[in-house]
Amino acid sequence: MTVLDWLIALPALGALVVPMMSLPPENQRLIRYFGIAIALVELGLAIGMAVAFKLHTSSYQFVTKVHWIGAFGIAWYLGADGISLVLVLLTAVLFAIAMFTMKGVKDYRAYVGWMLLLEAACMGSFTALDLFLFFVFFELTLVPSYFLISDFGLGASGRAAIKFFVYTFAGSALLLVGIVSLVFIHDHQTGHLTFSLPALMHTRLPKGTAILLFLAFAAAFAVKTPIFPFHTWSPDTYRSAPIPAVVILAGVMAKLGAYGLIRFNLELFPATSRELAWLMLTLGVVGILYGAIVAAGERDLGRMVAYSSLSHMGFIVLGIFAFSTEGLSGSTLQMVNHGIYTAAIFLLLGMIYERRGTLDMNKLGGLQKKAPIFAGVFILVVMGMIGLPGLNGFVGEFLILLGTFITHRWWAVVAVLGVVLSAVYLLWMYQRVFHGEAKDDRSFRDLAPREALLLLPLVALIVVLGVYPIPLLSRINPTTSAIVHHVASAPALGNSGAPQAVASIVTGGAK
Amino acid sequence: MLVLGLVIGFPLLGFLVLLAFGKRIGDPGAGWVGTIAIALSFVAAVVTWILLLSKHAGQRTQVLRLFQWIHAGGFHVNITFRADPLSVVMMLFVTGVAALIHLYSIGYMKRDARFHQFFVYLNLFVFSMLVLVTANNLPLTFLGWEGVGACSYWLISFWFERPSAASAGKKAFIINRIGDMGFMLGTFLVFENLHSVSYSQVLPAAHRLPAGTAEAIALLFFLAAAGKSAQLPLFTWLLDAMEGPTPVSALIHAATMVTAGVYLMARLSPILALAHAASTTIAIIGVVTAFVAAMAATSQTDIKKIVAFSTVSQLGYMMLGIGTGAYVAAIFLMVTHAFYKALIFLSSGSVIHSLDSEQSIRRMGALAKLMPITAWTMIIAWLSIAGVPPFSGFFSKGSILEDAFGRNELLWVVGVVTALLTAYYMGRLVFVVFYGKPRWQEVTKGHEPHESPRIMTIPLIVLAVAAAVAGLLNLPYSGLRFLHNWLSPVFGSALVSYHLSASEKVLLPATDAVVALLGVVIAWRLWRNHSERKALEPTVLLKGWYLDSFYDRTFARGGTALAKFGDRVVDPTIIDGAVGGVAWLFRWVGGLGRKVQSGLVRSYLLIMVGGIVVMLAYVLVSAAR
Repeated sequence: MTVLDWLIALPALGALVVPMMSLPPENQRLIRYFGIAIALVELGLAIGMAVAFKLHTSSYQFVTKVHWIGAFGIAWYLGADGISLVLVLLTAVLFAIAMFTMKGVKDYRAYVGWMLLLEAACMGSFTALDLFLFFVFFELTLVPSYFLISDFGLGASGRAAIKFFVYTFAGSALLLVGIVSLVFIHDHQTGHLTFSLPALMHTRLPKGTAILLFLAFAAAFAVKTPIFPFHTWSPDTYRSAPIPAVVILAGVMAKLGAYGLIRFNLELFPATSRELAWLMLTLGVVGILYGAIVAAGERDLGRMVAYSSLSHMGFIVLGIFAFSTEGLSGSTLQMVNHGIYTAAIFLLLGMIYERRGTLDMNKLGGLQKKAPIFAGVFILVVMGMIGLPGLNGFVGEFLILLGTFITHRWWAVVAVLGVVLSAVYLLWMYQRVFHGEAKDDRSFRDLAPREALLLLPLVALIVVLGVYPIPLLSRINPTTSAIVHHVASAPALGNSGAPQAVASIVTGGAK
Repeated sequence: MLVLGLVIGFPLLGFLVLLAFGKRIGDPGAGWVGTIAIALSFVAAVVTWILLLSKHAGQRTQVLRLFQWIHAGGFHVNITFRADPLSVVMMLFVTGVAALIHLYSIGYMKRDARFHQFFVYLNLFVFSMLVLVTANNLPLTFLGWEGVGACSYWLISFWFERPSAASAGKKAFIINRIGDMGFMLGTFLVFENLHSVSYSQVLPAAHRLPAGTAEAIALLFFLAAAGKSAQLPLFTWLLDAMEGPTPVSALIHAATMVTAGVYLMARLSPILALAHAASTTIAIIGVVTAFVAAMAATSQTDIKKIVAFSTVSQLGYMMLGIGTGAYVAAIFLMVTHAFYKALIFLSSGSVIHSLDSEQSIRRMGALAKLMPITAWTMIIAWLSIAGVPPFSGFFSKGSILEDAFGRNELLWVVGVVTALLTAYYMGRLVFVVFYGKPRWQEVTKGHEPHESPRIMTIPLIVLAVAAAVAGLLNLPYSGLRFLHNWLSPVFGSALVSYHLSASEKVLLPATDAVVALLGVVIAWRLWRNHSERKALEPTVLLKGWYLDSFYDRTFARGGTALAKFGDRVVDPTIIDGAVGGVAWLFRWVGGLGRKVQSGLVRSYLLIMVGGIVVMLAYVLVSAAR
């Protein structure tokens, strides 16, 4: 067993154990400690993995492969390259913080259990190299998130949970069809039934088929990321999910979509990715601008951050489909950065909600005078989101725009407007919430030591990764440059009509 | 070049100490900590200068490399600082003026509720400014560039309880971001063409750029510079920036940050030298900005707004110098301007301070006798900015105008008219504020305004001496052109020199002197006994040519309406409704009754978990076998 098996097994076993822990109500917090302990061990494992990770190679490391459902060529096949590694690190950090954040919950058993299951599923998704296995983990993330939103959420969370479920489930259905079709086509071509990613990368596809399969995969990932126009579940969901869950939803699970685009769309369909780059780049750019404009019109802080995420994830999509190492490394790094500052901002929003019971900007105001330290941390995180150089958001955003500029100049020229717009809506928001005189006499408690400790690792990462992102970049670069090479060197798609393509999917490639 | 590290390191250290302990150190200790940090930085800058001076002229570029910052693909950036004649000049006047303004602020900000916070921002600002001027590559310059922008945002909205201050800070940041797009795109173009963003590699290789690309790069960076250095059409933020405490206006919005755009252009002079059309554009925008802002300055009634428009105008002169290839003249004006403009702001601050924060010149008057040091230092600053010989402005502005004349007579004509306006509007300020009849009784409610404490007047006196004699830095006589000789290795062949006839060499400075004196005399005639002359203060100029209200009506209101439309109409109805069957499916699902349906979803999900558990069990069993 390698560290990757443990990364998945540990929280999964934890999730099995937690429901069996029947403790008297006064000892409920033991369950929380149990969750925290597992999350911290996971963090330790992930850090150990990053230290042991070999630089200067793009091959998968810590690989583990066990034949699983042999008859269908399905294997328990895990491995991590630079992209997986940094996302595993992000997952481990954010889950540890989310576990600490959980407090005053009525039913710790369900809460901790679902969170652990979610961690296992996320870790699995980021490291699975077998398409079936990936699909299982990818789908598995849906279950705990649904229950976390619907049972522990704020306000109309039941409705939001169903919306979230329907959207992501529809995407997943397309993904499953895509995976199965690809596997059958590959089987038909080679006589070898397998779900292994490295094997399927060499499937030759007729143009129409390739495009349909690309779109099927992309649809699932577009919903999860989200990418415009598949984002409308996210404002409702981010607004009503409980804070620890939304930290994971926006911080980690959004990356599943972008990760899927790199790992599967680029690797399985390199020529198609080139062919459809214009589409994805355009959706990315539209997302950047549209998300920013709508965010500026929002009054609710939670929904505003959801739209801001749409805008920021647009940058990530841009970098992925720029096909330059600079852009792809930038996108990968930005996934980590976005995870960190989004987690931080949602923790802060949670603290505002706890104190005031609202996230409506018009009902807040003047908070900086009452809570200067809180405001100081908040503006630092906001500056990270704006992409102030010296803080983490800048490095990724800059690399993405640079990488896009040198390959797809005009998309970058339009996307750079996002740099202005993010300052507009974020500083306007900050002004409405923190500046001015207070609207009423109610107090607003400044940051408590416990809250400060929760935020400290995130704030430290925002600064450190802004000044010294090299430890991550040096692990990301070999992988991204290999993928860019893979996409660039793939032979162009042959021609074949769409009807034939549909037929080949329906018949699984059999003529 | 470790001492270069100290120049940058002291303000950073000061910032960190104040951030951690500032509140405990309190008032005035925190101010002293901040001031000492900057003073030490100034000393280190002097040492750096001496070290470079001891080297041969060709070897005065020293580099301090700390560590790799960003690397991806072919793109490398290091945290690398550069001491060369240009950056040393910048360092010296930035730390020198900043130290004086820190000292002054101890007095000015006394008893402010957030006294220590002020110095936290101020030290961070100086650190960022030093990074900006010493960075050895474009992205690191950008770090400083944005750092000073963020500090400017925090300091303009320092009194954030006032909605106007909060809005002004935000506006400054956003308008600067518009310029920043140019900075980023310009950097990308440089990288695309020269495969590097380090000055050590880019500047010597600039001649390899195709002419069209060089033009594009120059214009993109000028967009950035126009934002930061408040040129047309982006200058409106600088007026609102006056919401910040006056020492901030002096340091950031007059002496240092706003000149960053001019510095950037000078730094990129090898590229500008290839971009003739862009250079001409810069010269024209510069001189038009100078004129337009000087006109507006003649009609302002808020003392700080007069000075702010004056700053815009002077920055226009500097850009005129950049555009005509007179980089040394631009830097010379930048340095002398830092002295006299910081002085004008600090003297104004001294007046404002003694009048309980009153800023309207209509409610001042006859203060010369009550505040003699403030009045005299302001008069010295006025004579300097007006270009009355032998004060510093005569030499620095004169050398800009001389090169403008060499480039194109029309540029010179507009420049000279603006010089007349400069002498006039500053004269108006001096006479209305310090002479005439006292009009401040209502403001001060009986008690008499008095001279500011020594901690504020000492910086005034030091700056007044500097403003008076800084012309010595670069006298227009061979052998005495110190700044020119010091800087010319940096600019090399980019530096344009125009040949003027012997008579022109006499007539041009003579014209400058006459025009300056004329402005002084006109101001004296018109304003010595008046505080208000409606005919000379038309509303269009008072409102700054309505540029700001135009932006407000179009971009600000239009943008807000667009955002609200997107949020309330487009997203919830069109996008949410249009994303195919998904949204319909959702409605249909919802229609079946939430209870039943959510029950269905739940059981589906639980079955899924169950299935996965069974599958995992299977793999465990088969792995064990």
